[in-house]
Amino acid sequence: MIRDITIGQYYPADSSLHRLDPRVKFIGTFLFLISLFVADSFWGYVLATCFLGGIILLSKVPVKFMVKGLKPLFIILLITVAFNLFLIPGKEVWSLGFLTITVEGIQQAVKIGIRLIYLVIGSSVMTLTTTPNQLTDGLERILRPLNKIRVPVHEISMMMSIALRFIPILMEETDKIMKAQIARGADFETGNLIQKAKNMIPLLVPLFISAFRRADDLAMAMEARCYHGGDHRTQMKPLIYQRKDYVAYGIVFVYLAADIAIRVLL
Amino acid sequence: MEIIKARKLKYDYFKYDENGQASESQTAVEDVDLDIQPGQFISILGHNGSGKSTLAKHMNALLIPTEGTIWVDGMDTAMEPELWKIRQKAGMVFQNPDNQIIGTVVEEDVGFGPENLGIPTEGIWSRVNKSLEAVGMTAFRHRSPNKLSGGQKQRVAIAGVMAMQPKCIIMDEPTAMLDPNGRKEVLEAVHELNRQEGITVILITHYMEEVIDSDRVFVMDQGHVVMQGTPREIFSRVEELKAYRLDVPQVTLLAYELKKAGIRLPDGILTIKELVDALCH
Amino acid sequence: MSLKLEHVTYTYNPGTAYETHALKDVSLEIPQGQFVGVIGHTGSGKSTLIQHFNGLMRPTSGTVFYNGEDIWQEGYSLKRLRSKVGLVFQYPEHQLFEADVLSDVCFGPKNQGLSQEEAQERARTALKQVGLKEKYYASSPFELSGGQKRRVAIAGVLAMEPEVLILDEPTAGLDPKGRDEILDQIAWLHQERKISVLLVSHSMEDIARYVERILVMNHGEKVFDGVPKEVFSHYKELESIGLAAPQITYIMHALRENGLQTDTSAITVEEAKNSILKALGRGEK
Repeated sequence: MIRDITIGQYYPADSSLHRLDPRVKFIGTFLFLISLFVADSFWGYVLATCFLGGIILLSKVPVKFMVKGLKPLFIILLITVAFNLFLIPGKEVWSLGFLTITVEGIQQAVKIGIRLIYLVIGSSVMTLTTTPNQLTDGLERILRPLNKIRVPVHEISMMMSIALRFIPILMEETDKIMKAQIARGADFETGNLIQKAKNMIPLLVPLFISAFRRADDLAMAMEARCYHGGDHRTQMKPLIYQRKDYVAYGIVFVYLAADIAIRVLL
Repeated sequence: MEIIKARKLKYDYFKYDENGQASESQTAVEDVDLDIQPGQFISILGHNGSGKSTLAKHMNALLIPTEGTIWVDGMDTAMEPELWKIRQKAGMVFQNPDNQIIGTVVEEDVGFGPENLGIPTEGIWSRVNKSLEAVGMTAFRHRSPNKLSGGQKQRVAIAGVMAMQPKCIIMDEPTAMLDPNGRKEVLEAVHELNRQEGITVILITHYMEEVIDSDRVFVMDQGHVVMQGTPREIFSRVEELKAYRLDVPQVTLLAYELKKAGIRLPDGILTIKELVDALCH
Repeated sequence: MSLKLEHVTYTYNPGTAYETHALKDVSLEIPQGQFVGVIGHTGSGKSTLIQHFNGLMRPTSGTVFYNGEDIWQEGYSLKRLRSKVGLVFQYPEHQLFEADVLSDVCFGPKNQGLSQEEAQERARTALKQVGLKEKYYASSPFELSGGQKRRVAIAGVLAMEPEVLILDEPTAGLDPKGRDEILDQIAWLHQERKISVLLVSHSMEDIARYVERILVMNHGEKVFDGVPKEVFSHYKELESIGLAAPQITYIMHALRENGLQTDTSAITVEEAKNSILKALGRGEK
């Protein structure tokens, strides 16, 4: 299940989308999400579909990969759509007992369904085409103004990138410790909730100890390589806007403007 | 001038009680004198808990001596203002390959040190390129470190240190968690750096085969340097090494046993070729 | 009393583009009481193999038998199997979790359903067998040295009184004396308790010194299976799959090529010494 989630995963490829500045992708994604709520008409959705389709084509990430990302959200999607389908009052088309489907309900359910799906796909396009490091770099730059109100932006982004690096390692480790304890007769599956929680101790204690040991080692390794916070630090890959980034901003704004125009004029 | 020099070095670990008072102390390193010349390949041998890692951590100011002094490239490590200069001059590679790689992409990890030193962007790139080349990892530069073998990860860690342009690399049991092929890979890479770039290497290990090509070997036990000399001198003292919970390569042991049985052989045979020459000619 | 694999294949991600065979049609039998070495480079399928012996992994196809019974048949208790086939993972000290050494070793026996007293009895015996001094029983496992922690972890599996003991690189990271001590202890257990031992190791020297049979894995297949002398005589083939023979093998071959009539099948220092002395005409009469 966890392995199915593609949100936050990077898909290595060489596309114009991959090469964009992560800030463009962040802000672009944000604006696209807004546009989904602005679009409220048939043509608005057509526009959003074209835009998203174009982006996916540009990204060179297989569509299959993005659809896979929807799988774990399927239940949430279903519930939301069902709620809208059955609970919106209006002109009745079909009813069985207390369940009533209305024209307005169908319309609303389709809208919500499309919005949710596009929302997920839109954000996964960003994460699929941006390495975790670029993401944290981008976020650090966008949030930099917050430094003035004493938010430790550099530290937060350093923590995020370290977390990204260690999640796979700790997952593997969890698996290993679990197996080692099962080999000693541990049982992680049966019993009631309290029993189960208690049975997790032989897994959690070693995992915590290992995480702390790793943190200790890593801190020492960082110090040994002269890490002393964000001041006076230079960057190997500084973020500098190129022409293509301005073009991308232009396209996103034109799209948003068109979207608003459809909403206002049609 | 010595690249690393120590006089009467002593280090105590303190245990603290709940009130933050030092309750117990344990001496990890005591009375250590070192003189290491630039360009040398030095090995430090010792069993687990002999104090060799503690000594290593003094060489780039991760630990400061309780008593005595250690100088790195002429700088006293106890002098606070020199701290970052010392760490740049003496890079350190640790045992666990997973716990010392910070970047999520190989080349970005190698760039981490130069970024901390405040090197301008173009400078970082040329250093990263050069360091990756030097350890033969250029082909892997865009990979995630998680997808590499243990030996490859350690080579990335070495490149990360090289990118800081140090004079000296201290390796704290870099091969302890690797398989034989990974060990060979890492050893070849550091020997290459020592020969080509003239980097001083200090290798801490308990694999006897790894120290054969060193210029000088130190053996530690209970915090003291108990033996020092060339590998040949050290390995001719088989019984003494065993008493320090160490060992000798099989070929050395065989020559030693044969000698005990009355065969005339020179002391401290280190390679198969030496043994064959001595027995067959 | 035996472990048996019949045509065992294990496939990761079957039916997808990422399909890889971790084990390919492996058949073998380990009779009770054997001391077997398992060698192979990293990723050769050794770890996958040993996890099939105690049912931690289920073969994609093929059958695993313990004492003639298919361990994956309906109603077979894997929990009981795991107490009979003890598995000590690499760096087993990373699984310690209790506040004191004795309780940690009791974890296995207690999972077997033994009473507190019985479990402690088992734990004491196991700790004695791995050579840990009694004064450490009440201390926290995290305050011990690396070698001692490793012993505690091994005792944790021994306390379940397995008939087969599988160890994945039990000496990784230990110093030479620590390596010898652990292996001697295991050899002693094998002798004393008549248990089967499977030892996974990268050290050909250790393998040569202790085991009576070697399994060589490469790309998920069993490529050699025989007594050490026979397996190490294929040292050229071993090299081609990223392995090697003990240094002694190379010494003996080099000596023979240079005219000394040595026994090239010698694999330990002791055998080599005797063979060289004999070749030089100084052997014990």
